[in-house]
Amino acid sequence: MPDDLNWAIGGEAGDGIDSTGKIFAQALSRAGRHVFTSKDFASRIRGGYTAYKIRSSTDRVESVVDRLDILVALTERTIDENLDELHEGSVIIYDGERTEMQDVEVPEGMIGLDVPLQRLAEEAGGAIMQNIVALGAACEVTNFPIENLDSALEKKFGSKGESIVDNNKEAARKGQEFVADEYDHEFDYDLDTTDNDYVLLNGDEAIGMGAIAAGCRFYAGYPITPATDVMEYLTGRINQFGGEVVQAEDELSAINMALGAARAGARSMTATSGPGIDLMTETFGLVAQSETPLVICDVMRSGPSTGMPTKQEQGDLNMALYGGHGEIPRFVVAPTNIAECFHKTVEAFNLAEKYQTPVFLIADLSMAVTEQTFEPDEFDMDAVEIDRGKVVDEDEIEAWTDEQDRFQPHFSTADGISPRAFPGTDGAAHMSTGLEHNSLGRRTEDTDVRVEQVDKRNRKVETAREREDWDVREFGDPDADNLVISWGSNEGALREALEFLDEEDIDVRFISVPYIFPRPDLTEDIEAADEVIVVECNETGQFADVLEHDALTRLKRVNKYNGVRFKADELADEIRAKLSAEEVTA
Amino acid sequence: MSSDVRFTDFKSDKQPTWCPGCGDFGTMNGMMKALAETGNSPDDTFVVAGIGCSGKIGTFMHSYALHGVHGRALPVGTGVKLANPDLEVMVAGGDGDGYSIGAGHFIHAVRRNVDMTYVVMDNRIYGLTKGQASPTSREDFETSTTPEGPKQPPVNPLALALSAGGSFIAQSFSTDAQRHTEIVKQAIEHDGFGFVNVFSPCVTFNDVDTYDYFRDSIVDLDETDHDPTDRDAAKDKILDADKEYQGILYQNEQSVPYSELHGLDSNMSEIPDGAPDGATDLVREFY
Repeated sequence: MPDDLNWAIGGEAGDGIDSTGKIFAQALSRAGRHVFTSKDFASRIRGGYTAYKIRSSTDRVESVVDRLDILVALTERTIDENLDELHEGSVIIYDGERTEMQDVEVPEGMIGLDVPLQRLAEEAGGAIMQNIVALGAACEVTNFPIENLDSALEKKFGSKGESIVDNNKEAARKGQEFVADEYDHEFDYDLDTTDNDYVLLNGDEAIGMGAIAAGCRFYAGYPITPATDVMEYLTGRINQFGGEVVQAEDELSAINMALGAARAGARSMTATSGPGIDLMTETFGLVAQSETPLVICDVMRSGPSTGMPTKQEQGDLNMALYGGHGEIPRFVVAPTNIAECFHKTVEAFNLAEKYQTPVFLIADLSMAVTEQTFEPDEFDMDAVEIDRGKVVDEDEIEAWTDEQDRFQPHFSTADGISPRAFPGTDGAAHMSTGLEHNSLGRRTEDTDVRVEQVDKRNRKVETAREREDWDVREFGDPDADNLVISWGSNEGALREALEFLDEEDIDVRFISVPYIFPRPDLTEDIEAADEVIVVECNETGQFADVLEHDALTRLKRVNKYNGVRFKADELADEIRAKLSAEEVTA
Repeated sequence: MSSDVRFTDFKSDKQPTWCPGCGDFGTMNGMMKALAETGNSPDDTFVVAGIGCSGKIGTFMHSYALHGVHGRALPVGTGVKLANPDLEVMVAGGDGDGYSIGAGHFIHAVRRNVDMTYVVMDNRIYGLTKGQASPTSREDFETSTTPEGPKQPPVNPLALALSAGGSFIAQSFSTDAQRHTEIVKQAIEHDGFGFVNVFSPCVTFNDVDTYDYFRDSIVDLDETDHDPTDRDAAKDKILDADKEYQGILYQNEQSVPYSELHGLDSNMSEIPDGAPDGATDLVREFY
């Protein structure tokens, strides 16, 4: 269990809560401490309660806990909102000179530090720095070397000029000195520093960085919480690598722009959240039918409809697996922590191009907007591998033409993967379409060709099942009788939960699954365990449903998909054949 | 790009399935001629088509092409062109595809001014679904779903384009082969979003906006003293509900296409075998 400190700053949206919290997180990270952040926020620009919370330890931290040691409260409501997490000995820093804070009552057993944040900030050069005064006060309470805060302030304000940086450093010192001079408490908190170098980033940023590392050059999107950070991260940065971010007029357009860029041969992606995925669903089928490699990222939030835009949920799993009319072969990959957001994004691009199929990258709000520290080695750019799949150039076209020298972009191969020629390749001009088509990409309603193409597209999934490692991530006791399975960002909290349970001698094997489709077959693991618990942030247990489906004894199936309805005599034949097969095996 | 490309090189071996006499034949022929005469070849051309009778064009032409979902052809074309500026991108659709389900994209594609050509085969009817009102149908045009007419004014696509900051706004008539080809050629050569609304009559379901009607009513701007660089003059012509104009209504000669404004000149399909040079700096940013 990490020897951790839990710190927060809270106030109204518009009070600079987010940027102040980020500065303190950065200071802790630069001091060689691990950091895990979370946000309580409302989607309004101003007004309402919002908070930025930091859990920090010299050990790695992977989760939030219900405990708050130090709270910078810019509003009275901030204290009320956090009463459950505050405890005896918690320190509350507030500005009693603020009109709305004059009647604040510090709950019994807690230490109230009334610090004139605004006045001290004005003395340092401007009221705008009052939050920084509070950070200086926090440094004193935690016996944290203020030079680390200086370093974070230099990073944050360096581009605005030396005097701005100096004023902020001065503001921090005023807060620190005020607490030292006015209060003679012996605080329990003593933040150790280490020489370790960490990077601090959130899941959206990790996805964006992974995209650039993977050679993504085109991003089209429409702003939406909590996926906007992916777009903002890529804006400007992707251009340094020859790419472009386009803000589309809506998500319908965004996914079609991304599709167009992918048709032109670019590694291309879009990212959105639930309401945007609803709109993009229109184009899922076209992406798959035209066999276009495309990464579609859904950073989930609470639904349905507008739901709770700034709250956590893993409710879009069924959407990713089944969204869209007809039957759409697609891959679904769900990173389980922030570093994995980077790695799985790289992998998503490779899978998309190797199998010429849409790949859904499913992240969730708590991972997307949470910052966490990592060793920089966890983002090893030298280890990034690019596999573009079966791309053919003009010298290779001839091997894939028909008897009339026409290139066949949907040629039915043994592994289901057809040759891909980028536009501009001489001799390979071809069309592609959402209509059922033949090997040339031309429309057809021929029943045999329809079946051939459906089978070919689905064969890619079977090929991927065989060729790729669909590894799970395992934690806890591998021999335990109790099995916990989860997906997405729950991994961190579960890993720490296992430590709590271990203290009570409860042994648990924990399987964290990053691949939703294709996915590893967990049937044996499930059957070997006495108790199996599936943990997910939704009401119906969408992942539990698919695991139960996998573990079911298979039903016999009669399917027809050539475009012609069932006929009575044909059905009798099919059923008879299935029945006799049963008798043979019985 | 070879200089000896003939327009028939852009013809696929698939015979068009449009009704005999359909305006789309002429529209497509003009597009193919314009592409060939501007020095393009099928291997360097990308045609994006929407849904409807017009959407079939990708099948009947020979080039790189995508036949997408209804109304979204312009976003697809935008992605293609920005990813590879060397490609000649031509987007084709109908009045339903462009001015109804895709109207939102139309306005923003005009604003974005990506260097591509948009040809709309405007027949003022939904033909593929056998004769319902389209956004450009007349107010009193009786159809199976509007027995007394739509009772709404038709969309004026040229006005939409002008108000959205369009840099090339033209109109042609599919059967006037020479003029139509010439206008599409100029749209291709325009530095920016070249928009051509083509009167492309439906002989099966529209007995009002017929070849005869257009022949009798079209005014060719080349036979007037219209100055296409004069935006106010263009506005007056475009808002003149009594006339059907053929020609270039407006062209902004100072138009700077999206790629140039955003400094895009590379083919995005070309990427290194591993993470790009400088990627490690991205990690360092998070210290």
